[in-house]
Amino acid sequence: MSTPPVTDGHSHDEPVDEHLPARDDLYANPGLEEHHWRPTDVDPKAEKRAERQVAALFTLSAVCTILLLVSYFTIDADDTVGGLGAQNLVFGLCLAGALLGIGIGIIQWARKLMADVEIMEYRHPAASSEEDRAATIQALSDGLEESGIGRRPLVRNSLLGALGLLGLPAVVFLRDLGPTNAQVVANPPFPGSGLEHTVWTKGMRVVRDVVGSPIRPSDLEIGDLVNAEPEALFNGGEDGEPMEGVALQVAKSKGAVVVVRIEPDEITAPPGRENWSVDGILCYSKICTHVGCPISLYERTTHHLLCPCHQSTFDLADGARVVFGPAARPLPQLALAVDSEGYLVAQADFDEPVGPSYWERG
Amino acid sequence: MRLLNRSAGRLSRHRRGPLAGVLVIIAGLLLTGGIFTAVVNTTAQADETVSNTEQIAQGRDLFLVSCSFCHGQNGEGIRDEDGDFLGPPLIGVGAAAVDFQVGTGRMPMVQPGAQVPSKPETFDDEETAALAAYVASLGPGPAIPTEDDYSIEGLSDEEREAAITRGGQIFLTNCTACHNFEGSGGAMPHGGYAPNLGETSARHIYEAMLTGPQNMPNFANGNLSPDEKRDVIAYLYSLREMPDYGGFGLGGLGPVPEGMAAWLLGIGLLVGFAIWIAAHTTRTTKKKVDA
Amino acid sequence: MDTSKVANSNTTTAATTQKPSKAAAVATWADERLGLATMAKKNLRKVFPDHWSFMLGEIALWSFVVLLLTGVFLTLWFTPSMGEVQYNGTYEQLRGIHMSEAFASTLRISFDVRGGLLMRQMHHWSAMLFIASMMIHLLRVFFTGAYRKPRELNWVIGSLLLLLGTLEGFTGYSLPDDLLSGTGVRAADGFIKASPVVGTYMSFFLFGGEFPGESIIPRLYTIHVLLIPGLLLALIAAHMLLLVYHKHTQWPGPGRTEKNVVGYPMLPVYAAKAGGFFFIVFGVTALLGALLTINPVWKYGPYDPSKVTAGSQPDWYMGWPDGALRIMPGIETHLWGYTISWNVMLPILVLPLLMFTILMLLPFLDAWITGDKREHHLLERPRNAPTRTALMVALMTMYGLFWIAGGNDIIAIKLHSSINQITYFLRGAVFIGPVIAFLITRRWCISLQRKDNETLLHGYETGIIMRSPEGGYSERHLPLPESRAYTLTARERDPALNGGPEGTDANGIPAPGEGRLAGLQRRVRTLWYADNVQKPTPEELAEGHHHADHEHELQEGQEGHAADGHQFDGHHLVEDENLRSH
Repeated sequence: MSTPPVTDGHSHDEPVDEHLPARDDLYANPGLEEHHWRPTDVDPKAEKRAERQVAALFTLSAVCTILLLVSYFTIDADDTVGGLGAQNLVFGLCLAGALLGIGIGIIQWARKLMADVEIMEYRHPAASSEEDRAATIQALSDGLEESGIGRRPLVRNSLLGALGLLGLPAVVFLRDLGPTNAQVVANPPFPGSGLEHTVWTKGMRVVRDVVGSPIRPSDLEIGDLVNAEPEALFNGGEDGEPMEGVALQVAKSKGAVVVVRIEPDEITAPPGRENWSVDGILCYSKICTHVGCPISLYERTTHHLLCPCHQSTFDLADGARVVFGPAARPLPQLALAVDSEGYLVAQADFDEPVGPSYWERG
Repeated sequence: MRLLNRSAGRLSRHRRGPLAGVLVIIAGLLLTGGIFTAVVNTTAQADETVSNTEQIAQGRDLFLVSCSFCHGQNGEGIRDEDGDFLGPPLIGVGAAAVDFQVGTGRMPMVQPGAQVPSKPETFDDEETAALAAYVASLGPGPAIPTEDDYSIEGLSDEEREAAITRGGQIFLTNCTACHNFEGSGGAMPHGGYAPNLGETSARHIYEAMLTGPQNMPNFANGNLSPDEKRDVIAYLYSLREMPDYGGFGLGGLGPVPEGMAAWLLGIGLLVGFAIWIAAHTTRTTKKKVDA
Repeated sequence: MDTSKVANSNTTTAATTQKPSKAAAVATWADERLGLATMAKKNLRKVFPDHWSFMLGEIALWSFVVLLLTGVFLTLWFTPSMGEVQYNGTYEQLRGIHMSEAFASTLRISFDVRGGLLMRQMHHWSAMLFIASMMIHLLRVFFTGAYRKPRELNWVIGSLLLLLGTLEGFTGYSLPDDLLSGTGVRAADGFIKASPVVGTYMSFFLFGGEFPGESIIPRLYTIHVLLIPGLLLALIAAHMLLLVYHKHTQWPGPGRTEKNVVGYPMLPVYAAKAGGFFFIVFGVTALLGALLTINPVWKYGPYDPSKVTAGSQPDWYMGWPDGALRIMPGIETHLWGYTISWNVMLPILVLPLLMFTILMLLPFLDAWITGDKREHHLLERPRNAPTRTALMVALMTMYGLFWIAGGNDIIAIKLHSSINQITYFLRGAVFIGPVIAFLITRRWCISLQRKDNETLLHGYETGIIMRSPEGGYSERHLPLPESRAYTLTARERDPALNGGPEGTDANGIPAPGEGRLAGLQRRVRTLWYADNVQKPTPEELAEGHHHADHEHELQEGQEGHAADGHQFDGHHLVEDENLRSH
């Protein structure tokens, strides 16, 4: 090949757009490549074969649809295929076959049989023509002029003010989406309502989650972990019935605790909490101080408690100090005592809000 | 509801099939025979005592060879130079702990550390039993649970269903935080992990709850009652027997493998299709005759 | 250009038949009532260029249609209520358990409605595919420069679609009220509470009181089936209309210029390919739904604020902010009785908004840096915009590292490593990784540019080894076919590096003015184009070809003894070619 002719890129018969700068094409645009035919265009045998392929795919789809309908009425919910649920598997495979048969068939039709000559269309600039734009701008300014919005600032500004004000009700009327924390605290809908409170009260028994049985210190061995709840969950409803519904959910979401028993000489009690444990039995809130996941991945030898959501790690032997991860505060501790019948009880509610931090928490 | 009745019917069909009656009679015969032997044949008991002493002696021999380096000649534990236990004392850990640790191949361990991986067992059943008997003789501790402890075979239909349901709730409360919602395991701090429970035998699960191996907390009988432990095992076994209703399980690890499947399989397949759709088909140099 | 080879889309000779067909009769009937012919005239044969990467957005579109179809099916049985019921349905392991109606109805869909589980799984899979395909579509658009004028607004619309799609996904997977999704909602409550000043108010308003309350599921349901889908539909319509108005971009090549668009007509080829692709997307979703379990809610059980499972992760598209949350150190400030939770606020509230803002601004940032105000319809190869490509690869690297952080516990157990070590590593890597990725990608692109020039100047490698009479070996290079050479050179020179008329460069782009930011703009523009390799100048090209001709002459003696087989070098049509027999 010899030195190619250098062109200005405008030697083609395209409409020349003055807005676009010249491109320095090194080679003349050779124009669209010559169209090469497909075997199906020139060979009747290939064409017939492609036709049969497409029809076979459509038929396959129809067969799958019929199978799908048949299986709907014949496969039972407890039937299995190789350990998998038969309904889901067969319905899904038949549906997939029915859909893919049509899809692949149509594509094959387009690829092999439909005319595949590429055609060309001219673009237009995104902008309207100069006249159109001028006319529009003229119309716009005429309209604005006739309305007098520019000349009558009093009318304009009072309208803008009124419209702006109308946005307020749209926000204000959402006020009754829910009560605020302060309202909930002032007028508790459930026992222990409000971010600063839980259902724990002085003397409330610490009971095992799910079964609700109280715990004696002697029940627990070193290394034990009990996922526990306040007894109110099981007798705090109407007439001493278990709590239900929202009351239960709210109580649980703040009241859940973990109880662990650690070798007493391995415990470092923070100042003021020396008598919060019973024979090495400690009780902490189960709600992570990061974003509130329940947290009970306990390692008995290190006394570490890990959160499965974001891996905050707390040392339960050391006042639930944060030893790793994104949490910023120790887990709140529940002071334990033993009641007259020998069961573990709370000395009082938590002395700080449980769960994630919030602005007013302080 | 349709399915409920059907599956309930199916369960009972299994037990009341034509063979069931024969089986029940055979089982009954064997049971009465067993009770008769146990009650009447007192000499056998004497033999057992003798063999128990022999077993302890055999266990002690094995212990001295394989365990005493870390746990001490008499299972008193050995401390390293920092004063931490190289191997903890075994007095009072009981036979259950030995059966778990040795029976799952965790002990003897290859190197010290908080995470002791399960591996092919070093000792056969007889040797494990001997070691367990020896350690149990060092001080009282939890015994190896028997099938009665962890099986729900003896319960009625309703009791079983209730046991499985309750076991599920206890499992989800106490175990899933580490072992994941279907027992697939999970990560713990500093390279530790809670193992997958998919293959663990009922006895070993029971022993693990009872004794709290390595870093796992205890769920001693004062914490989770024997019945509650049994229910957890029943729930786990019900998960194993349950068909995968929705298809292959992707390891039961939650949204991470699901996301990977969406990208690698879903997007991979669809991009593959897109490439096929846009690819130019075979061309020929032949000309169309009448074009 | 030889137009005789180009069919004109405006002629209808081939399409019309002699006698009125049935289709024509229907069209006439409709046109007499709707008058659509004027509009349809242009659009029925509208040209769409054909390239696999232009179909990625289509995956998103069709996934959305699948979502609508399967979603409507699910609404027929789903009860968006947190009212407590005792479950007495088919799934034995949960019989007798108290749960919300939402969860109970999800179990019902999964076990008692035939095909319900399949629809649930397909809905979930297609949601994942919807967002994933939006993202790969976004990457294609960015890497090829298709977001440039006049398409900046479509980029913004697309970004909004991505954001809304993500929110739609979150509200959707929260609806079953299972243990995993409830844990997610609880974490979301923690995020909201971490907002300064208004946090607790927003939380109490959203949940209708204290978490979890009984309002969140019905509210999320309304958002999920009404509010966001409505917005998505409107934005998708706008996205498509703009696509039709602007006409699709195309790759440069013979006959393809800034002023035309070459491809297949809407009717029949493009319609068939797009329609067929819809069935394929639907079918692949059905395949996934049939074979792979997704979100087995029955195993998670109903939400209970005291339960949690290992591997509590959000769906993949929420994974990266969750990862940021995981590797963020626990920093909190207490000032005058108020708490600022940097540890939650920065990764989950500030970071996603910041990244999203950067994403939306990218076209405008590009236009400001390059000063380019012209329309662009020809795509650029990623290598020909090294800094742009490297910028997106850096962002992708950051995204990927945050993603890894979001799965750190699964990675720890699967690769037997420590979550603590992974976390410490990622705390540094999310900052260093993107920088390294940027530098490598940029150099890589520049090397590819250099390779292109090499090929243009010295021809392509034939793979034929020639031995000279002196015994030396060399590989024979042949000049590129003209169409290939044209395609390779159909790109612009970088503006900063060549002078044009007064105050502009060769592309007519004005030099940075004298504004306040002009100095910054000039510096950034210099960095943007620094080290890029320009296509050869005509002189260089002439020199290169002269050299090649010279080589040719030297090898002339071997002509006629050429090694057989070089017709199979991938640059020629080879049908009916055979190895020559000697």
